[in-house]
Amino acid sequence: MNDFVNQFWNWYVILLVLVSIIACGVMLWTQSLPAPSKLDTTGHVWDETLEEYNNPLPKWWMWLFYITVIFSLVYAVLYPTLGSFQGLLGWSSSGQWAKEMARADEQFRPLYAKYMQTDVQALAADKEANETGKRLYLTYCMQCHGADARGSKGFPNLADNDWQWGGEPAQVLETINNGRIAMMPPYSQLGSETIKDLANYVRSLSGLPADSLRVAKGQEAFNTAGCSGCHGPDAKGMTAVGAPNLTDKVWLYGSSEATIIETITKGRNNQMQPWKDFLGDEKVHVLAAYVLSLSANPGSK
Amino acid sequence: MSVTQSTYNYKVVRQFTVMTVVWGIVGMLVGVIIAAQLVWPELNFGPYLHFGRLRPLHTNAVIFAFGGCALFATSYYVVQRTCHARIFSDGLAAFTFWGWQLVIVLAAITLPLGMTQGKEYAELEWPIDLLIAVVWVAYAVVFFGTIVKRKVTHIYVANWFYGGFILAVALLHIVNSAAIPVSPTKSYSAYAGVQDAMVQWWYGHNAVGFFLTAGFLGMMYYFVPKQAGRPIYSYRLSVVHFWALIFTYMWAGPHHLHYTALPDWTQSVGMLFSLILLAPSWGGMINGVMTLSGAWHKLRDDPILKFLITSLSFYGMSTFEGPMMAIKTVNALSHYTDWTIGHVHSGALGWVAMISIGSVYYLVPRLFGKPEMFSVKLITVHFWVATIGVVLYIASMWISGVMQGLMWRAVNADGTLTYSFVESVKASYPFWAIRFLGGVLFLTGMLIMAYNMVKTIAGGRTVDDALVLQPAAQHA
Repeated sequence: MNDFVNQFWNWYVILLVLVSIIACGVMLWTQSLPAPSKLDTTGHVWDETLEEYNNPLPKWWMWLFYITVIFSLVYAVLYPTLGSFQGLLGWSSSGQWAKEMARADEQFRPLYAKYMQTDVQALAADKEANETGKRLYLTYCMQCHGADARGSKGFPNLADNDWQWGGEPAQVLETINNGRIAMMPPYSQLGSETIKDLANYVRSLSGLPADSLRVAKGQEAFNTAGCSGCHGPDAKGMTAVGAPNLTDKVWLYGSSEATIIETITKGRNNQMQPWKDFLGDEKVHVLAAYVLSLSANPGSK
Repeated sequence: MSVTQSTYNYKVVRQFTVMTVVWGIVGMLVGVIIAAQLVWPELNFGPYLHFGRLRPLHTNAVIFAFGGCALFATSYYVVQRTCHARIFSDGLAAFTFWGWQLVIVLAAITLPLGMTQGKEYAELEWPIDLLIAVVWVAYAVVFFGTIVKRKVTHIYVANWFYGGFILAVALLHIVNSAAIPVSPTKSYSAYAGVQDAMVQWWYGHNAVGFFLTAGFLGMMYYFVPKQAGRPIYSYRLSVVHFWALIFTYMWAGPHHLHYTALPDWTQSVGMLFSLILLAPSWGGMINGVMTLSGAWHKLRDDPILKFLITSLSFYGMSTFEGPMMAIKTVNALSHYTDWTIGHVHSGALGWVAMISIGSVYYLVPRLFGKPEMFSVKLITVHFWVATIGVVLYIASMWISGVMQGLMWRAVNADGTLTYSFVESVKASYPFWAIRFLGGVLFLTGMLIMAYNMVKTIAGGRTVDDALVLQPAAQHA
C-alpha cells in the first residue's frame, strides 16, 4: 500500500485506531464499576437549584455501547481499517467496483455484441437499438446537446441534416470516439469596418437581410483575408477541419450581425471530448447509430 | 467581600439573545427563499441572489449567526450563574458581541458577491477568518476566565460542554481555514487533493459535533433541569457520555467521503467511530429526558419544556440516523440525495433550533425583568407550528432522498440507466414544495416568537443586572 510513506505511519495508524476503539470500551467498563447507589444526589448545588442524581448507567445503553465497540473490532479485522492491512475478507472499494463492472459486462455483452455485428447505417434503422441508444444519449450526451438533441449556442444540433464534421458513419464514429477540436482564429487585425463588411456578406449568403454595399466589399475581403482557406471559395465549409457551411441556415453561435462580428473578431474555440476510453466501442457504435437515426427520420425534427 | 455586591453581566446576554431571534429570522428566511428557488427556478434573480450564492448565506446565517448568538448568549448566562461570578472582563465580552456581529454582516455582504473559499460551512474568505479567530480567542478568554473566577469547587456539567465546544471550534477553524492569500478577497487552501477534502470534512463533521452538538448540550444541561425543576438524572452518565462524545466525534469526518479517493481504511475508521458515536450521543438524550422523570405532568402545560424535550427527541432521532447513514452500504444510497438534507434539518431545526428557542423563552423574561413571556399561549402556538414544520420538512426529504437514490441506481435490461438525472429532479418537485411549506411554517414560528419577545421587552426597561448569588453551603 502506498498510502503511507513508510512503515512507521502504518503502525502509528494501526495502534492509534485499535487503542482508541478499545479505550472506549475500557472507559465504559471502569465507569460502570462500582455502580453508584441510586437516589443520591452528588451533594453539589449550583445556581440555587441545580443538582445531580447519580443513577447508574442504564444497562441497555451500556450494551448498545459495548456492541458498537465489539462490532468495530470485528469489522477492523475483516475489512480494510488498520493501516495497510487489507482485512481477512480482502474487500476493497475498487475491487467491489471492478466486480460489479465485470458482472455487468458479462450480463450485457451478448446484446452489444449483436449490435456490433450490424454496421452503423443498418443499426440506425433498428428500433430496439435506437431505444438503447437514446437512453445512452440521455445519460452521456444531453448535458451539451440537449434532451431533444437539437443543441444550443456552441453545441451542434444533432437532429438536423447538417454535419460540421461529416455525416458518414465513419465520421460520426470518429467524432464520438476521439472528440473534435474546432478553432476559428481571431481576425481583429482586419479592423472593425472590414469585419462588419464580412458579417454582412456572411448574412447575405444565407439569404438574411444585409447592406448590399458592405456585401460587395465583404465578398472581396472573404477571398483575400483568408476566410476561404477553411470555409472554401464557395463558403460551403470543409468537414475535414470542421469549418461550417456559411451558406445554409444553420448557425452554431447565432446569425445576428453582432454575433457574427464577435465570431470574426475574437475567433471561436470549441471542443467535444473523446468518449472511446470511457464508453468503449460497443456503446459508441450504438450511439453513432442513434445520432444518425435522428437525421434519417424527418419526424424527429 | 466588598461593600457593594457584584452583579452578573446581563447586558451581553441580552444583546446576544435578541440577535439570536433576529438572525434566526434572517437565516431561515433565506432558507425559505432557496427552498422556493428549487420549486420555482424563475426566482433565481441575477448572480447575487442566485441559489449558489444564497445557499452558503443560509447555512452561515443559521449556523453561525443564529446558532452562534444562541451559544454566546446562553454560555455567558450559564457560566456566570453556575460559577457564581460576574463574567471575566466586560470589555472583552462586549468585543465578542460586536466582533461576532461584524463577522455576520461581512458574511452577508461577501457571500452574495461570490467571495468564497469553496469549503462547506467555511466559505468565508481569509480576512474574515482572521477576525473570527480573534473573536473566538476572546470568547475563550472570557469563558475560561469566568471559570477560573468561580466561587464553587466543582465545574457544572453544562460548562464542560461549552468549554469543549469553544476549544474544539478554535482548533477546527484555525486548521481548516489555513490558506495562502493572493488578494484581500481570494485565497487558496493550504492543503491539496484528498488531504484537503479530509481536512475539510474533519472540520465539517466536527462543526456539527462541537458547534451544533456539544455547545447545545451545554445549553440542554442548564435549561432542562432549570425548567423542569428536577436534578440531572445521572452525574455518572454525564461523565461517560461527555468524554466519549468529544473523543469519538473527532474521528467521524471520513464518512462524508465514502467511495471517493480517500483510502479505504480511512473511510472504515470514519464509519466505525460514527457507529460508536451512537451511544455517547444517546447518553445526552437519556440524561435530558430522564431528568424529567417524576415531573412528566409538567410537559402537558409548559410549552418551554415542550420545546426542550421535543428537541431532545429530535436529537436522539438524528443521532441514530447519522450512524446508520455512515455505514458504507447505506451511504451508497443516501449520499448526494435529499436524505442528507433531511438528516441535517432534523438536527438543525428539531434539535438545535428547538433547544435554542426553549432556552431563549426561558431567558427573555429573566433578562428583561418580567415574570414570564408576554403570552405563554403564543409559545404553545409557536411550538405546534414549528413541530409541524419540522415534520413536513424531514418527512418530505426522506421520501425524495430515498426516491432519488433508487432512481439513480435503477438499470434497464440493456444496462442503461432507467432514469436520466433530470427525471429524478422532476420527480422531486412535489417534495420540494412540501419542504418549502415546512420551512414557511418554521419561519412563521420565529416571527411569532419575535412578536412575543418585543411585547415582553416593551414597557418598563428598568432592569438591573441580577446580584451574584452566594454559593450553596455545600461548596463552602
